[in-house]
Amino acid sequence: MIAYLGRRLIQSALILLGVSLITFALLYLLPADPVRQIAGRSATPQTVENIRQQLGLDQPFIVQYWHYLTKLLSGDLGRSYIQRSEVTELIVSRLPASLLLMLGAILCELLIGLTMGLVAAVKRGTATDQTLMVASFVGVSAPQFVVGLLLLYVFAVRLGWFPIGGYGTWRHLVLPSLTMGILGAGWYARMMRSSMIDVLRQDYMRTARAKGLTRGAILFRHALPNAILPVIAMIGIDIGIFMGGIVVVESVFGWPGIGQLAWQAIQRVDIPIIMGVTLVSAFAIVLGNLLADIVAPFIDPRIKLR
Amino acid sequence: MTSTPETILDIANLSVSVRGDEGEREVVSNLSLTLKRGETLCIAGESGSGKSMTSLAIMQLLPQPAARISSGTIRLHDGDKGAIDLTGLDERRMRRIRGDRIAMIFQEPMTSLNPVLSIGRQLTESIEAHTGLSHAQARQRAVEALKAVRISEAESRLNQFPHELSGGMRQRVMIAMALALEPDVLIADEPTTALDVTVQGEVLELLRDLQRQHGTSVILITHDMGVVAEMADRVIIMRHGRMVEEGKAADIFARPQADYTRELLAAVPRIGSGAGRQHTKNAEAVSANVAEIKDLHVRFDLHGGIFGRVTRRVHAVEGVSFSIAPNETLALVGESGCGKSTTAKALAGLVPYTGDIVVGGRNLAGLGREERKAVRRDVQMIFQDPFASLDPRMRVGDLVAEPLVIHGIASKEERHARVAALFERVGLSAAQMELYPHEFSGGQRQRVCIARALALRPKLIIADESVSALDVSVQARVLGLLKELQREFGVAYLFISHDMAVVENISDRVAVMYLGQIVEMGTRDQVFSNPRHPYTRRLIEAVPVPDPARRRSRFARLDQEIPSATRKIGEAPMKLALSDVGGGHLVAAEA
Repeated sequence: MIAYLGRRLIQSALILLGVSLITFALLYLLPADPVRQIAGRSATPQTVENIRQQLGLDQPFIVQYWHYLTKLLSGDLGRSYIQRSEVTELIVSRLPASLLLMLGAILCELLIGLTMGLVAAVKRGTATDQTLMVASFVGVSAPQFVVGLLLLYVFAVRLGWFPIGGYGTWRHLVLPSLTMGILGAGWYARMMRSSMIDVLRQDYMRTARAKGLTRGAILFRHALPNAILPVIAMIGIDIGIFMGGIVVVESVFGWPGIGQLAWQAIQRVDIPIIMGVTLVSAFAIVLGNLLADIVAPFIDPRIKLR
Repeated sequence: MTSTPETILDIANLSVSVRGDEGEREVVSNLSLTLKRGETLCIAGESGSGKSMTSLAIMQLLPQPAARISSGTIRLHDGDKGAIDLTGLDERRMRRIRGDRIAMIFQEPMTSLNPVLSIGRQLTESIEAHTGLSHAQARQRAVEALKAVRISEAESRLNQFPHELSGGMRQRVMIAMALALEPDVLIADEPTTALDVTVQGEVLELLRDLQRQHGTSVILITHDMGVVAEMADRVIIMRHGRMVEEGKAADIFARPQADYTRELLAAVPRIGSGAGRQHTKNAEAVSANVAEIKDLHVRFDLHGGIFGRVTRRVHAVEGVSFSIAPNETLALVGESGCGKSTTAKALAGLVPYTGDIVVGGRNLAGLGREERKAVRRDVQMIFQDPFASLDPRMRVGDLVAEPLVIHGIASKEERHARVAALFERVGLSAAQMELYPHEFSGGQRQRVCIARALALRPKLIIADESVSALDVSVQARVLGLLKELQREFGVAYLFISHDMAVVENISDRVAVMYLGQIVEMGTRDQVFSNPRHPYTRRLIEAVPVPDPARRRSRFARLDQEIPSATRKIGEAPMKLALSDVGGGHLVAAEA
């Protein structure tokens, strides 16, 4: 277990190093000039050149990256070009909101998706099954900003059950979580259904029935833990998808998380913030996958970490 | 109804039908039987005879929604309280009977236990479901049940998971689970079919002991007439969903009335006799062997630690040497995990090995890619599962032609003619070349596999458990075909099998493998009439004899498990030295 963790942590560090290099290179190659954004339209060429030197953007790529990397290793993500404040502070102040939203979204998609999949599998071939699968298909294919606006219109504007936007109470959390969760719920419903159908066919399910167990025990004790395994592995991957969705959903609902921060930074070519958010996202994805892998052996004793 | 007081279960005019693409089809027709208290009733028959459907019908566990009981009654008697008809029970009341009054053991111990629940959980849950016992009491009962099936260290086993136990142990857990509540009726559906022959003997004996102790009535479903002879008080022979014959075990074997029973019994391979048994060919001095294997080793590395170094190795094959002459059948026998299949795979070039493999006088180790491919043409393989080893999306004609295409032999028209001739030769018609694998029965598919193996006119065919999955009557015909082909083409066979009776019928020479090494090798008569190594003796003794008159009172009991072939780095297994005890009969010295 210790050896496994050690190996995985080394791997994770290498992945993050790779992500930082690729992102840095892409931003370097970007035709947009961050200095122009800072200096403004009317700045003289001399001012522009000064700022460029100040930020060290006149140096060759390798030197720039080396500077960034050495600072990164001491925990310094640099300063925002525009807001002049520490990127670390900016991210730390906004990260809790995003994590909360992500938690809400995971909860939504698991609750909705797994229930739908379970019911569909048990009622396989019936009208219920077909209805649920059509619904899941809609969930998978609907774009997030459309779902978000639709939910806003119905539940906030028309029914007034939830606030239109903002941050603070659990009511604020519901609609953004749902918006993010619906896409995943569609995937999970389909995955859970096929996984469950496969499990229900197994010999040990027949054994469970032959023992005279109740329907509930058969379904929840014998089938569910087996069926949920492939889903667990998905949650790790899902965090990556969330990181993309968070940018859209946070803008729609005015949610003060790192998604909004990233969105503003991209518009202004604020390289340190883009780098910072990208690295934090990559870290979250790596961590999520690691967690999913660590949890798996607790559900399936056949899985050994080595 | 003429049921005597001691009848525990009676089935009257039972029919089960299954809905398929062509409408409803009866898989059990008009079956009537009675089961007395303490009796063992064997339902025997080949695949598709409806024997498993009958057992599932009793448990009301027919696959839904396709199968249903279309008529008849299944009555469970309860002493003076009269009988209840199970076919009319609702799910809630049936649930109370399942596991409590009628319990069931299934064929596949590997898949019949839930992989994510501990042994203890799986044992206690049925006890708790049917009794008012507390969890602690149920656990105590579970420990007793495990002890009853002779599982050592029962308490600590409760915390283990199915994958940590061997096949035989799992089947014992299944039996413990089924018998923990002392049911009136135990249905055992092919309970030993997936087990090694020595383990099978133990499990059968265990069933017999427990039945004697508890007075349980057993319905034993099997295709193996040896098991029937060993276990049955009464026998029902089924075919195509109908009862063909019913009677006392001794009568069925001694004086079978129905033609089908006679055919079935005749097809059963027996050690020392049997319709298909052939005389061994004289081992004439042949100058060139088809294949020679010298000091073959196959080891698989297991990785561990922070840098994934090799920490342990599976010593699958350890210093195996043998040779096969043209026109000869060498059988490689042993139980699962002994390395017989790995040896075959090395010979076919499917796993990396060390040592020498010489085919047709050329050592494969020294050859380049292209030369090796050419040599390999002489070695072809037929696998165990005729369902899994044919690509379902290809026409069987193309499947048989494929080796010719791969090796670039013959033009398209010639290939077609050759494949057609092969089809005729293995007992199929050329017209069937256009069909897909699913349109054939198991035996026909295995014929297709044989045709494919023959396509390149190999000198050696490796048959890895090639007839194990087939019904006995089909098996006898396929074995017959293999022998004919040998006479005709002079092809040699490396015949890999766990079935000692089949081996005794078909082979010229026999090599017995145990833990990756050969422990005994000689001509068929040397090995079977004069087995010298204790393991060989145990293998032969464990085979159930299809004759109730020769029923053994006790199997050699073996409560320890076969040791593992996995070892730490640097711990090489001890090499067994083979010595000649006369006439080329090689035996390993006892460790």
